[in-house]
Parts: sequence; structure tokens; C-alpha cells
Amino acid sequence: MKMTSQHWGMIFFFVYLIPYAAFVLLNAFRPDLMEQTPISGINLAILSGFGLIIGAFLLALLYGFLCKPPKQNS
Amino acid sequence: MLYTPSLIAVIIFFAFVGLTLGLSFYLARGAKSSQGYFAAHGQIPWFINGIAFAGDYLSAASFLGICGMIAFYGYDGFLYSIGYLAGWIVALFVIAEPIKRLGKFTFADALDAKFNSRGIKFVAGISTLVVSIFYLIPQMVGAGVLIQPLLGFPHWAGVLIVGTTVIIIVVTAGMVSTTWVQFLKGTLLVVFSTILTWMILDRGFDTSSTNYKGYTFQALHDITSPQTAPATITHPGGKTFDLVDTVATPFAGKPYLVYQQQGGNERLLFKADPTDSTTYLETQTISQTANLTFINNIPRGLGDNQANLQPVGHMARLPDGKTETGPLGPLQFLSTLQNSEVVLWGSEVIKEDDGTTHTIYYQKPTPGSQVLRPGETPTFKGIRSNDPFAKLDFISLMLALFCGTASLPHILIRYYTVKDAAAARKSTIVGIASIGFFYVLTLYIGLGAMTSGALDVTNSNMAAPLLARSFSELLFAMISAIAFTTVLGTVSGLILASAGAVAHDLVQSVGGIHLSDHEQVRLAKIASVVVGIIAILLGIIFEKMNVSYLVGWAFSLAASANLPSLVMLLFWKRTTKQGIIAAVTVGMISSLAWILLSADTYSKVYGLPADQALTPFSQPGIITIPLGFLTLIVVSLMTPRARELAIHQPGSSPAAS
Repeated sequence: MKMTSQHWGMIFFFVYLIPYAAFVLLNAFRPDLMEQTPISGINLAILSGFGLIIGAFLLALLYGFLCKPPKQNS
Repeated sequence: MLYTPSLIAVIIFFAFVGLTLGLSFYLARGAKSSQGYFAAHGQIPWFINGIAFAGDYLSAASFLGICGMIAFYGYDGFLYSIGYLAGWIVALFVIAEPIKRLGKFTFADALDAKFNSRGIKFVAGISTLVVSIFYLIPQMVGAGVLIQPLLGFPHWAGVLIVGTTVIIIVVTAGMVSTTWVQFLKGTLLVVFSTILTWMILDRGFDTSSTNYKGYTFQALHDITSPQTAPATITHPGGKTFDLVDTVATPFAGKPYLVYQQQGGNERLLFKADPTDSTTYLETQTISQTANLTFINNIPRGLGDNQANLQPVGHMARLPDGKTETGPLGPLQFLSTLQNSEVVLWGSEVIKEDDGTTHTIYYQKPTPGSQVLRPGETPTFKGIRSNDPFAKLDFISLMLALFCGTASLPHILIRYYTVKDAAAARKSTIVGIASIGFFYVLTLYIGLGAMTSGALDVTNSNMAAPLLARSFSELLFAMISAIAFTTVLGTVSGLILASAGAVAHDLVQSVGGIHLSDHEQVRLAKIASVVVGIIAILLGIIFEKMNVSYLVGWAFSLAASANLPSLVMLLFWKRTTKQGIIAAVTVGMISSLAWILLSADTYSKVYGLPADQALTPFSQPGIITIPLGFLTLIVVSLMTPRARELAIHQPGSSPAAS
């Protein structure tokens, strides 16, 4: 099956939705976990926030790459 | 806090306004037709359009509201940044390409592409107007907030200047000028925020309690009881104060040490440090009588024998007993703050029988680990409680931010300014890059302002410009002028979206009036003037409202009214025009009703007790967005499928199944 931009869009949407939902639910129900400092003395709240912002950009780039129109043979 | 107007700020501000107006007049010849006026002929290059997305989207709420919330409370403001950025995922992956293929000028065009229904045009047009006006109010209020320190004009003057400038921008060249103003604003905002962040990191932290104006807040140590407090203190400014019995003051029975100036009226209050009860920290008091305002018991003003609130914000303690850090890297900045102690400010209001009100702003040394965790603002503190409705309120807001971006009419019309679906996709990627980068910077700008010694304790919205002032007057002037263009760019987009809804959707499609191309543009210009005047009036009326809060409402409204129909139209073949009309109507009315009956509206707008509110929590999205989907499904199943119209755009395909 040839993947269209719409198919890729839906896949990437759910790939992003899962961590975003987890982030929101963790903040709502286990905000204490967000105070952990797993890397370089920076807490999970900031690491996950940066992760969601940078992750959105990387997914957007990948989507743009995958949705490039195929090169035409002259 | 009273501000001294800055001449350099005035010059730069008027240079910016002149530049944007000159640009608009220059571009006016390119917007004579409706295609030019509403969609810039669909010829905006994708990269320009992507930056213009940032200029359109990064509103006063983002720049002033988020930075201010982070500066006053810490991490919680960053939650808005994350939610706002995440919303672009829906825009890129779900909405961008189909809406470009289906629409022409407005969001209603896309919804109506398969049905040619006046009912759809009507509800989509009304929804556009309602969402845009909710979004306009905080932008205009933000303009008024900025004008006071920048030019020394009253609030209404700021609203009037921005409103008039935007009306001229939109009337002269519609989407053409709006796009270039937004591009200019997006570029300046990102570039100068980067410069500001670099300066914050280069400055690092120090533990001095002296603000950027040279005023040092005093601390009294080793006080085990009020009786052990020093009878006399001398402030670094040279004034001497005597300890007085609080019984003779309005602060009897309150936990303050009260010192009265020898031979003068100034009165200083000290409050115990919550982390060390033997240390008392200097406070600032605003007293308001029927017609006079006093600061620390001295008439407020900038002249001799008058007093002004002092700028605040400093570190109480750094890791390893250091007094300063020197330049810090981006991650080092955050880890240092995590292990430090920051002085935040709280407030207490005391009312006297004669109506005099005393607001005491006191220092709250707070561990950095607490500043950088969620749940410290009044808005989000509920997530640290056991109240399920408070948690639902938070989830509901984050859902609305996620779903709202792709439903905002002024964002959606920007997809019609590029030539095809691929350009729409690429411009959204550029938008995500620039917007995401800016939102990362908001955390540094907010935290930098928190420790800048430049904050106004009475006004969180001024945090970013005042942070710039702690570096230099020139940077303050630039950042303030950019904040103004921030408002100009967003308001231009909102007014254009509203004008399109009136001229293209409501009058022409619903009223059944056929307009020539020229008449359509003229009507849109008239509608722009009317909406602009309404925005000016609302900006003046809502002066005291919180800027970022109203934007949250606009997101909830847009997500509830518009998103269910947009998504189902694209992904469910069984969608009918009746289903769309019902979903937009139910989503809009239910979210609006929920907002108007919520605890936040009761307390902040009506001035009524919050516990009298009829809804269990304030943010409607978690109820009203699913309700919109459910309404569309039920009504569509109950109504016959209409024969679909052919969609004539080259290379287009019908909605996917």
C-alpha cells in the first residue's frame, strides 16, 4: 500500500498524542513525579516539556521529508 | 508601579508603527480583488508564510502573559507554552493539507465545500466572529497595559493607537499587508527573544537583594520574638526608623513588625521569612483611600516627597553558598535554579472600617525545586489537591490548547495564502520550528525576569519588557516596541478573519446578496473598521481582565465549535450538512454557556462568590469537545446524506474515508 501524506499524518498524530496525553495525566495525577531530577539536575517537568516541544519539531521535519513528492523522470 | 516614559522607546515605537503603515500603503495596490484582499492571491512563499504563522499565533498572551506567569509563579506558565505548541501537531498532521484543498477564503469555505449550504456558512461565520472577539479582547488589553510604561499614556490611549493602526493595516491591503506585518513581527520576536535569553544566561545569578535601580531590601536577623526586634533601624538610604506598637496602626494583630520614619511619614513593614522565622524581610505597602494612593504611607508619585513601588526579584541563596555564578549554559541555568532559593512575592489585603485598603506585598523565599514544579499558580494548584474537579479542569485546559490551535479562524485563513497543499505543509513546519523555539525561550525569559530585580509586583504582564529594562534602556525600548507589533500582528489576523466572515460568509452567502468582486472587498473593509471599533471598546471595558485567561477561553470555544466538524468532514463519509450545523451550534453554545457559568467567570467577571457557580470546573473543553463530536455523529445518522458537490480544485481529492 502506498502511504499518502494523510496516512503519515494520522500515524504521526497518534505518535505525538500518546506522550502528550501521558504528560498531561502525569501532571494532573502524579505531579510529585515531575519533581524527580533524572538528568543533569533538571527535573522531569522541564525535561518532558522540552521533549514535547523538540519532539514536535522533529516529527514535523520527518513528516515533511516523507511527504516529499517523488522525483519525476524527465 | 509608576513608570518614567522613555524617549528612546517613544522614538522606536513610532518608527515601528510608521514602518508597518508604510508597508501597508506600499502593498495596497496588490489587494484590489477579493482573491488578493482575503488570500494575498495565494502567492505568499511558504517560508514567509511559516514565519507569518508565528507572527499571527504568538500573541500578547504568549509573550506577555506566559513570561509574566513564569516570572511570578515558575513552571506553570510553561505548561501553556507546551499546550500551545502541541496544538500545531493537530494543525500539521490533520488539518493543513485538506483545508488548503477544500477552502478558498475562510474557514466556512472548507466546512461547506461538499454541501453548498447557507446554514453551514451562517454558523461557521458566527463561530468565527465569536472566537475572534474572545481572542481580540486580551490582545487589546495587552496593548493598553504596554502603553503606560512605554509612552506614559493612559490605558485607553494604547488600545486606541493599536486599534487604529490595525484598522489602517487591514483596510489598506488586507491579507497582503497583514502577512508582511506578521512576518516582520515573527522575525523580530524570535530574534530579540534569543538575544534577551543570551543576555540572561550571560548574566547568570547572584544573591544581591539590591534591585536594578540600586534599592536594597532590608532583612532583620535573630529575632526570636517581636520583643527582640531592634528598636531602631537605619535604611541604606540614610533614613532612620523606630519600631512602633502595631496596636496604633491598621496592622494590629497581624504578623508584621512596623517601623515609623523619624521625623517623617514613611512606614516600613517587615514580615517573617517562612523558611526562617527568626528573620524578618522588608515588605511594600500600597494604601488606597477614596481618592489617594500611598506607598509605604507616602503619597504615590515620581516627584520629591513622593514614593513609588520598588522593582523586585532576586535570589535568596545559590548552591554551595556562592554569591554569584557568572555566565551559565542553558541546562546549567536550570539546574542551578533547581538547587537555589528564589524570592517570590505574595500579597495580603487589609481593609479598614473607613474604606481604606492596604495591600501588603511580602517576600516569599521559595526553593527552586518548588518554583520549577507544576501546581504552584492559583490556576493549577488544584492538581496538588485531592479534588477530582480541579484535576479535570487542568486536563480540560490542556485538551483545549491541543485542539484549539487548528480551529482558530485567523490561523486557518493563513492556509489560503500559499499556492498548494505542499506549501501549506511546509509553511506549517516552519511555523512549528519558530514557534517551538520561541516557547523554549519563554522559560528562560520568565525565569530571568523572576530574578532580574526589575519586576513590578502589581503587574505580571510587564515582566518581559521590564526584564529588558534591567539590561538597558535601548533593549527595553526594542522589546516594548516588539510587544506592540506582537499585538498588531495578531489583531490584524483576527480582524481580517472577522471581516471575511461578515463579507464572505454572512452577507453574501446567508443574506443571498450577490456582490461583485470590488463590492466584496469594500464590504470587508467596512466590516474591518466596525470590528476594529468593537475591539477598541472591548479593550477599554476589559482593562482589568487577566490577559492569558481569555485566550484560554477562545481556545476552548474554537476547539468545541470548529474542530469536531473539521475532523469529521475529513474522516467520516457519513457526515451531513445538518450534522455540521448542529455540531458547530452545540459546540459553540455549550462552551460559551459553560464559561459564563463557571467559577472563574463568577469571581473574575461578575464579582460573585466562586462557590455559587453552576459548573463543577471552569474549563469546558473536556465536556464540550466530545459533545460536539457526539452531536455531529447523532445528527448525521438521523439525516439523509446529501448529494455531494464536485470539488473542482486541481489535484484535489474528496474527503478521505
